[in-house]
Amino acid sequence: MTAGATAGKPLLSIRDLVVDFASDGGTFRAVDGISFDIPRGRTVALVGESGSGKSVTAQAILRILPKAARIAGGAILFDDPANGRGPTDIAALAADGAPMRALRGGRIAMIFQEPMTSLSPLHTIGNQVIEALRLHRKVSPEEERAAAEEVFAHVGFPDPKRAFVTYPFELSGGMRQRAMIAMALICRPALLIADEPTTALDVTTQAQILDLMRSLQAETGMAILLITHDLGVVANMADDVVVMYRGRIMETGSRKEIFHDPRHPYLKALMHAVPRFGMAPGERLTPLREVASAGIIAATPKLHRPKPAGPVLQAEGLSKRYTLRSGWFLGQTHHVKAVNNVSLTLAPGKTLGLVGESGCGKTTVSKIIMRAMAPDTGRVLFDDGTGPRDVHGLDGDDLFAYRRAVQFVFQDPFSSLNPRMTVYEILTEPLVIHELGTPEERFAKAKMLIELVGLDKRHLRRYPHSFSGGQRQRLGIARALALSPRVLLCDEPVSALDVSVQAQILNLLKDLQAALGLSYLFVSHNLAVVDYIADTIAVMCRGYIVEEAPKATLFRNPRHPYTQALLAAVPSPDLDHPLDFDKLRSDRFSDPSDWPEPYRLVAGSAGVMREVEPGHRVRIAAGHAREAA
Amino acid sequence: MIGFLARRLVTMAMTLLVISALVFLIIKLPPGDFLSNQIAELRAQGEAASAAKAEFLIKQYGLDRPAWEQYLVWIGIWPGPAGFSGLLQGDWGWSFEYDKPVRDVVGDALWLTLLVNLAVVVFVHLMSIPIAIYSATRQYSWGDYVATFIGYIGLATPNFLLALILLYYFNRWFGISIGGLFDAQYANAPWSWGKFVSLLQHLIVPTIVIGLAGTAAMIRRMRANLLDELGKQYYITAKAKGVPPTRALLKYPFRMALNPFIADIGNLLPHLVSGSVLVSLVLSLPTVGPILLAALKSQDQFLAGFILMFVALLTVVGMLISDLMLAWLDPRIRLGQR
Repeated sequence: MTAGATAGKPLLSIRDLVVDFASDGGTFRAVDGISFDIPRGRTVALVGESGSGKSVTAQAILRILPKAARIAGGAILFDDPANGRGPTDIAALAADGAPMRALRGGRIAMIFQEPMTSLSPLHTIGNQVIEALRLHRKVSPEEERAAAEEVFAHVGFPDPKRAFVTYPFELSGGMRQRAMIAMALICRPALLIADEPTTALDVTTQAQILDLMRSLQAETGMAILLITHDLGVVANMADDVVVMYRGRIMETGSRKEIFHDPRHPYLKALMHAVPRFGMAPGERLTPLREVASAGIIAATPKLHRPKPAGPVLQAEGLSKRYTLRSGWFLGQTHHVKAVNNVSLTLAPGKTLGLVGESGCGKTTVSKIIMRAMAPDTGRVLFDDGTGPRDVHGLDGDDLFAYRRAVQFVFQDPFSSLNPRMTVYEILTEPLVIHELGTPEERFAKAKMLIELVGLDKRHLRRYPHSFSGGQRQRLGIARALALSPRVLLCDEPVSALDVSVQAQILNLLKDLQAALGLSYLFVSHNLAVVDYIADTIAVMCRGYIVEEAPKATLFRNPRHPYTQALLAAVPSPDLDHPLDFDKLRSDRFSDPSDWPEPYRLVAGSAGVMREVEPGHRVRIAAGHAREAA
Repeated sequence: MIGFLARRLVTMAMTLLVISALVFLIIKLPPGDFLSNQIAELRAQGEAASAAKAEFLIKQYGLDRPAWEQYLVWIGIWPGPAGFSGLLQGDWGWSFEYDKPVRDVVGDALWLTLLVNLAVVVFVHLMSIPIAIYSATRQYSWGDYVATFIGYIGLATPNFLLALILLYYFNRWFGISIGGLFDAQYANAPWSWGKFVSLLQHLIVPTIVIGLAGTAAMIRRMRANLLDELGKQYYITAKAKGVPPTRALLKYPFRMALNPFIADIGNLLPHLVSGSVLVSLVLSLPTVGPILLAALKSQDQFLAGFILMFVALLTVVGMLISDLMLAWLDPRIRLGQR
């Protein structure tokens, strides 16, 4: 068969695929009769919420389904261009047999969501990459090594020779994902399955990885099955889109059709649930399922307590240095400035968004404010209406009162609730610790709290495991509200959640703020989310606040090169605003010494914040500040 | 690396010093000592001559000195009646009970103890690792249930009872008398091929008896560890590369599951010495366990002190070995956090 004859046929066609999971309560149909094609050399995006069956579909193609699952029907026809014998039905092969193993990793390769855990920590990445090659080709050790170094160079390792002997834990998340891609590509597969390949990465890294996948595709002509829940990524990557919901396909079509003319109500709803830039002031996200709590929130008794005259919370010149060790046991120690002269102001009843990539120090700042950690220099002032006091000087009853006034909402709703406590115990524990109320009053409060976050009071007797991720995050918020705090520190509260649930939680936080007069410090790496919820935004990079402005100003007129890069790297679910990959290709925007003048900061100098318009301040090098003055 | 080793060796020496003080203190805590008890007894029986000999011994070993001085003499950093002569100089003291130097009393028992325990360690690992891998990869299968059941029986059976049962049946079925570690004719004979074979024959039962509970416990723990690792993403990655199942299992999850066991070597060694006392008594094995028990009962201070110090040394050395092996096997420990 010639290449011309096969060109029109799809590389992979899935026909009426059914996957069942056996569980204690009978069988659960995770994939329910889906059919779609993956054409040669093109990218198909498989979109849906968690639990929609998109990952199960990918696992079925590779035949690496969990033990409880089995393919109950349908066909997966793989027409390998490398052999002319026509399509093979993957669903009919033995999962661990030699023919399937030859396809797996050799002709169809996969990269996973979690670059932190999908590589073995005990083996060098060189070892793990050539393992794939060794399994599928007969090669000499020298050829192996050469092939590995070539593919490392290809995926963007600056020093391929060194990369070969590097362990995964020595690499950043983005570099690990590059190593995963190298592993998947070393055998030059015909199909690459990418399961949420950039979900765990920072936006700038995400843009680079997406760019890498596109250029590798252009070069090798492989097809990509891209599994994602992020419509922004879909808009920038996919040729065709398949939308899944509860194991069924809701809608398929080309990228244009899907974005310009969504037909199915589910898809339309999904598009309205994603926060985007430039939303009209006051515009609300519409979650797929709205939380029925607006009435209850409106009916909550208002607390009358003294309002601070100035900011409720103020950080002044915070710095924190960590000491790291490396080398064989002792090695040299070196220091990392996690937080560098950070000042923040949180007004009562407002939201301050703190944005930055992983490792920029934003979590350290929130820990210092919570007083879980002491700063090396600087202070945190808290004002409960009786005048500002230094948080790190508080002790005894004053400290206890501060703990009551500032509460935390955590990122991971799965590990932040004790699985052995009922919801009632979780919600009343803060009251017990602070010795508030009689048992009857506590019960009444727990009932009020759970209804406040839109859950039913019958849920009080249940344990956290019987709730979904979004419901658990609502429990986490209810727990934080138990002590009627003034300030909530929200550390990435929606980054572990689906888009539709994310909209739900964000709306809930907004409503609660309006009703209870709460102040939020909202830490996130997602600019669109921060844009939706915050009043003022501070952008953080390498321990510095580089730019701070009211939300509208920041997005209209970003001054700092890092802020501009961050904004440019967010994939927008809008075909008219594609990512500018050329601009994002360099990795220079997160290194202060590479910033263009006057923003460039040399090692040891912190620069100064200069006001460029009312409320809009940018960090520039100290020398330039003097010239300007 | 060298800096680390030097630091560890210094800490080890300090630890041993503290342990030696504690050991000495505890042995001295009950009123009286072996010799003064004996003298009182002999006086009561009117044997003045023996009592005089005992008093001579008291003088010779400085037992009439203050306790702190006795301690320093014992470890060898204070001149005793015979000059500097203590543990540090290799003089392990005198056993009053046996009326022989401690070295002669313990001598062979020490090496035999190490041999028996080494055999047990090897047995435990050889038995439990394959069974655990089988159990974990076929969770909730018949084989898994059988292994689990046998494991629980192994954990629940008192090992001295098992020793008695095996003692009887091995003798009845195979005609091997398995008390002790040698046949009677070799007991005090010099080493020969026959003696070696006899030793191996006699090792079988003690190894099984002492190792059974450990095997059962290790199967359970290894199975649980492996089950955790089997769900990890990197194992799925390996399968997605097309690695054959057995190779993927041994290269990735199994190696990850080994770490806690390597970390445990330090605890294993001393536990096996002191944990097998009952079995050694039942099987009349010439190991140090029963000797230690007797020495503690009769307040034979140098003998008891030496054996306790020996166990402490094993612990400390075991810990060092497991730390070094962990560093060798796990790059995250070797290269530190960055």
